[in-house]
Amino acid sequence: MVEIIDHDVLVLGTGIAGLRAAIEIMRRGEGKVNVGVVSKVAIMRSHSVGAEGGTAAVLYPEEGDSFELHAWDTVKGSDFLADQDVVFDFVRAMPREIRLLEHWGLPWSRRPDGRIAQRPFGGHSFNRATFAADKTGFFEMRTLYDKLLEYDNWERYDEYFATSLIIEDGEFKGFTAINQRTGNFVVFRGLAGIIATGGTSQMYKFGTTAVGVTGDGVAMAYRAGIPAKDMEFLQFHPTGLIPSGILLTEGARGEGGHLKNKNGERFMKKYAPEKMELAPRDIVSRAMMREILEGRGVKHWSGLEYVYIDLTHLGEERIKERLPLIRELVLKFQGIDIISEPALVRPTAHYTMGGIHTGPNYQAMFDDKTYVRGLWAAGEVACASLHGANRLGTNSTAECLYSGALTGAQAFKYVLSKREKGTNPSSTSITTFAEKEQKRIFEEVLGRERGEDPYEVKNELREMMDKKFYVFRTGEEMAEGLKKIKELKERYRKVRTSDRHKEFNYNWLHVIELGFLLDVAEILATSAYARKESRGAHYRLDYPKRDDKNWLKHTLAYYTPEGPRLDYIPVRIIAWKPRERKY
Amino acid sequence: MSKEIKEVLVRILRTDNGRSWWAEYKVPFFEGMTVLDALNYIRERLDNTLAFRSHCRMGVCGSCAVVVNGKPRLACNTQIARLGTDVVELKPLYNFPVIRDLVVDLVDFFNKHRRMKPYLIRRDVKEREEPTREYRVTPEEFERYTQFTYCIMCGACVAACPTVSADNLYPGPQALAQAYRYLADPRDEGWEERLRIVDDQHGVWRCHFAGACSYVCPKGVDPALAIQLLKKELFKYKLFKRRKKASEIVPPPEVKAPPKKQPPPFDYEFNIEEVIKYERE
Ligand SMILES: Cc1cc2nc3c(=O)[nH]c(=O)nc-3n(C[C@H](O)[C@H](O)[C@H](O)COP(=O)(O)OP(=O)(O)OC[C@H]3O[C@@H](n4cnc5c(N)ncnc54)[C@H](O)[C@@H]3O)c2cc1C
Ligand code: FES
Repeated sequence: MVEIIDHDVLVLGTGIAGLRAAIEIMRRGEGKVNVGVVSKVAIMRSHSVGAEGGTAAVLYPEEGDSFELHAWDTVKGSDFLADQDVVFDFVRAMPREIRLLEHWGLPWSRRPDGRIAQRPFGGHSFNRATFAADKTGFFEMRTLYDKLLEYDNWERYDEYFATSLIIEDGEFKGFTAINQRTGNFVVFRGLAGIIATGGTSQMYKFGTTAVGVTGDGVAMAYRAGIPAKDMEFLQFHPTGLIPSGILLTEGARGEGGHLKNKNGERFMKKYAPEKMELAPRDIVSRAMMREILEGRGVKHWSGLEYVYIDLTHLGEERIKERLPLIRELVLKFQGIDIISEPALVRPTAHYTMGGIHTGPNYQAMFDDKTYVRGLWAAGEVACASLHGANRLGTNSTAECLYSGALTGAQAFKYVLSKREKGTNPSSTSITTFAEKEQKRIFEEVLGRERGEDPYEVKNELREMMDKKFYVFRTGEEMAEGLKKIKELKERYRKVRTSDRHKEFNYNWLHVIELGFLLDVAEILATSAYARKESRGAHYRLDYPKRDDKNWLKHTLAYYTPEGPRLDYIPVRIIAWKPRERKY
Repeated sequence: MSKEIKEVLVRILRTDNGRSWWAEYKVPFFEGMTVLDALNYIRERLDNTLAFRSHCRMGVCGSCAVVVNGKPRLACNTQIARLGTDVVELKPLYNFPVIRDLVVDLVDFFNKHRRMKPYLIRRDVKEREEPTREYRVTPEEFERYTQFTYCIMCGACVAACPTVSADNLYPGPQALAQAYRYLADPRDEGWEERLRIVDDQHGVWRCHFAGACSYVCPKGVDPALAIQLLKKELFKYKLFKRRKKASEIVPPPEVKAPPKKQPPPFDYEFNIEEVIKYERE
């Protein structure tokens, strides 16, 4: 018999989005609804701790900012693929989120007068990046974690690894997981679920994210019949540190950093004469790669080509005060002190604009009309189409807070109304499902001691993605990439796991994660190959123009055994028509 | 130094089902290699069964603390070239029960943190949950506590603490530093509650100021200083019944003629209240 763990609401994933959701449920009526909080790492160690630069919010309308302006920046940044109703709701909710965190203890950086400080950020036409030194995400995580400790009606499940979602007759029932501490297989059963498992960009080798950002949530939902939306749009952050891809925050450009090619030219003046280094990320990344492709980059011993980011003119004091983490990182990984020398950077895989298809309220959807009952997605894993084809910096941690609060509130109400109706959770079908899944995991996926080396398969996948699905794409290269993915999926079916112990078996984890990665890579590749235009982060040398006539629409990718089947749904445009995007 | 190293010898104290042994691995060296890079190399290429935690690889999530050549440190934050030797000896964190290899049990550690009531406590409960604006924090007030907010809960300080190993009811440097962090926050009003928690025979007075915690902290938190300051606060509180006044809400800034930046005019008319059909509140 498989162990069953019951809660009213299950929060899967404890980054900023998941923790915020759990808190929302607690503060709405502790004692009424209990929550199971599940993560494959200790709950405060989620990838969100890595966010550096800031969180967007309109805090000072007195000084000239406005919701309409934040909305416009977001819509324009998205290359008009954002659903505008979501954008408007989001911008209005953000000031409150910032102040709530302030009241819960977050040490936001301050102005001399004791008010919350804000700084400039790419693509925003007002200084609205709210920050806490260059550790914004870390402080958001610590504040939310500490705040959650104030409540009692929740249970933490640190280091539980989810393997599949249970959806029955269009309704969420729970998910299966491995308790990493014991190696036991368990089922979480809940009336409502919030998936907050973060992004997918570990499918690239040169990337910024924590090692656990492997697209598990998107892949699990996809396998359960919920489509993945707009997955071709993966953001490359302009300033990844050579050679590992670790991030140098955009805050560095916000504070006044300059991008320079090997001749010492500030090349952004050619590509975005007005905003220069503070143009949106897709534009800056393309400018850097153009410089590199046209021979104005520099080659590193690792083989990677790069350009410079120069901060020396900011001066020692400002760097020490505003960018301490960045100075520490560059010193460590490049042996360079940014006070006296420029750092070496190139675009790095960073953020997944696409994700689980949801409605404007972040409830998961099967298609344009049908909601999945009892299931929401929050944070980076969700695609409510707030970011469209390109996300603005600082809008992501913001979305995590916003969607966390929103989904928490809805799940809370859903549970209360469901209880009134007095429905009982089914148990026989869940047990059958779980037993089948347990067999699949332990026999099909993890059963072989001999076979393909999973780390080799993973490495080949990531090196290929870095080449074929990077800043510039072509149909021909993507077709080759897609072929490679099919080959790797074939090899994955014969993959081996050498570790036979139960406790903390990371070998198991890596093999299952690799399966998720292959799925999300296949979705990205298929969606990107099909989209014959250039928009936001998806840029094709063979179709270099945006094509609103044919492609102003969202991609939905559905699971089939042969590979993703694509469908399209319209963009919700309520305020502004698409127009040319100049910076 | 780094130029000459071609290969590093990594010795790891491994544990499985209560049985422990030293395992040795030879790892090719590259410029900038961290202890975590070496561990990943071993697990991916040499021995898939090695258990250790890691996540962010940038020194901010707190997953990867281990004992490196005798000192508790973050594996991802430790450059091998700077260790001054090509032999790297790794052990699980001291003062924690070992589960497998370098993975230790942190449950008690997390519970001790929780006991300190690590969140702002305010009397204006309504404001706290329905904020109007922010509480004022001046740069000087900010300075007084921010250093103690950098704690990533990695456990290095507890591994280094001689008192923890002698008294397992002692909250330890991590939890006590966090008690001070909230106590020193100008916005907090929960200080009496927190002082009572740390003022017992297993509490703050057990610290002998060995200072090892501050020496090993990878984030410069200085728990030893926090504990000294905590004692001082307790003293002042007991002798003079001293109270502190928590900071208040700041009004919006006064700007005479706000410069208005405008987005382009709407192409369509809409009423956002009607567009958003789901309930927000
Ligand atoms: C270096 C860096 C800097 C950034 N800086 C900024 C910034 O300045 N501003 C900004 O707005 N955004 C920034 N971002 C983006 C932002 O950090 C992320 O989008 C955001 O943190 C995502 O949070 P999340 O809550 O959705 O998920 P995450 O924080 O990724 O958390 C995912 C959670 O799900 C869990 N999980 C995943 N799979 C499973 C599974 N199978 N079983 C169990 N649990 C699972 C994980 O353990 C984790 O708890 C940055 C990103 C990076 C990489
Ligand atoms: S891996 Fe996050 S602190 Fe080392």
